[in-house]
Amino acid sequence: MNDSPALEATALGKRYGSNWALRDCTLTIPAGSVTALVGPNGAGKTTLLQLAVGLIEPASGAISVLGHDPRAEPLAVLPRVGFVAQDHPLPRRFTIGETLRLGRELNSSWDDAIAERRVDELGLSRRQRVGTLSGGQQAQVALTLALAKRPELLLLDEPVASLDPLARREFLTGVLQAVTETGITVVLSSHIVADLERICDQLIILAKGRTQLVGPIEEILGGHRLLTGPRTDAAAVARVHQVIRESHTERQTTLLVRANGHVYDACWETHEVDLEEIVLAYLGMTSAAARVVAPAAVAR
Amino acid sequence: MIEFHLETRSGVPTYLQLVQQVRQAVRLGILHPGDQLPTVKEVVEQLTINPNTVLRAYRELDLAGLVEGRRGVGTFIASGPPPVPPNDVKTLRSSLQRWIDRARTAGLDDENMSALFANTLRPPTISRVA
Repeated sequence: MNDSPALEATALGKRYGSNWALRDCTLTIPAGSVTALVGPNGAGKTTLLQLAVGLIEPASGAISVLGHDPRAEPLAVLPRVGFVAQDHPLPRRFTIGETLRLGRELNSSWDDAIAERRVDELGLSRRQRVGTLSGGQQAQVALTLALAKRPELLLLDEPVASLDPLARREFLTGVLQAVTETGITVVLSSHIVADLERICDQLIILAKGRTQLVGPIEEILGGHRLLTGPRTDAAAVARVHQVIRESHTERQTTLLVRANGHVYDACWETHEVDLEEIVLAYLGMTSAAARVVAPAAVAR
Repeated sequence: MIEFHLETRSGVPTYLQLVQQVRQAVRLGILHPGDQLPTVKEVVEQLTINPNTVLRAYRELDLAGLVEGRRGVGTFIASGPPPVPPNDVKTLRSSLQRWIDRARTAGLDDENMSALFANTLRPPTISRVA
């Protein structure tokens, strides 16, 4: 792992007409990390990834990838970045053998051994046509192409959205194996929050083109708490902590807060919250399983 | 060898779950001094988790003196920590017994006591991340 960040955005923005797809985005992605880029469809995830590989031009601000501006110096960036676009597009009529040859011809840093080993491990034949593969297998072939160029940074746009749970697991295991073996930096966008906690160490929550929360997942988990107590308004708590979500029943108030130090107040019961609940709170939704915590056992 | 498992909705950080499972396995005698822990690669493949998390857990265990990493070989359970002297256990137990009697007189049932004990042992504060 080295110390300079893999990706750095400063007040980055992209506008389509009058609509900001991404606005005022400032963030740092440490080298060697696995970062989840989370948000609903249309939040700006794909825009950020496309800016990272110079496919589109920023309307404002700046982005630096592996220390370089991807549009000003594409040759200093692109050979070192693996990018798997949404739905992992591949030439459907090509055989796997032909697809690998394409990768070899197009990438100067191509490593045949990596590609061959992965295809063998996946149990695929080089004569199979890409169009006849399952969605999971196609995703794995796209990942193989990206990994065989031995990138320092791997960008995955919704890599598992269309995959069944088993294929999703297998794909992510492939990504994490590469992290184990080479220390590659990974950024993956997803609208599925389940499982991210075990896979990623950094989290970026995007909504409506803006970053809502950026940081190490462990700090995020450690810094958020669910408070439950007798019905009250949130003002007193809000003076000390940042209230992300509040909900009330007739007698009870539930607050999800980003805590500023300890929560001492004896009126509140404090609970740890999992990542999915935190993400949903930032996205302004209430989780289907919104935890209605029963009032503490009282003497009757 | 042990096999790790994860509770994804527990709110306990993944690395800490691994640490706790090793501690527990040592405590229960499932792991003995000299036993090898799964390699980082094995854990990554088995659980589909971030290798940095596994490294973090193993580093934590190493710092606590519970395991020792041998470069290029693997991570092994260290020779056990000195057991708590039996006399201390006896004294501690009898003072705990007095506390339990007091608590019961005050109207606490077993569940209340366990909750109070767990809560005092590990207060639900925000200070976990230094």
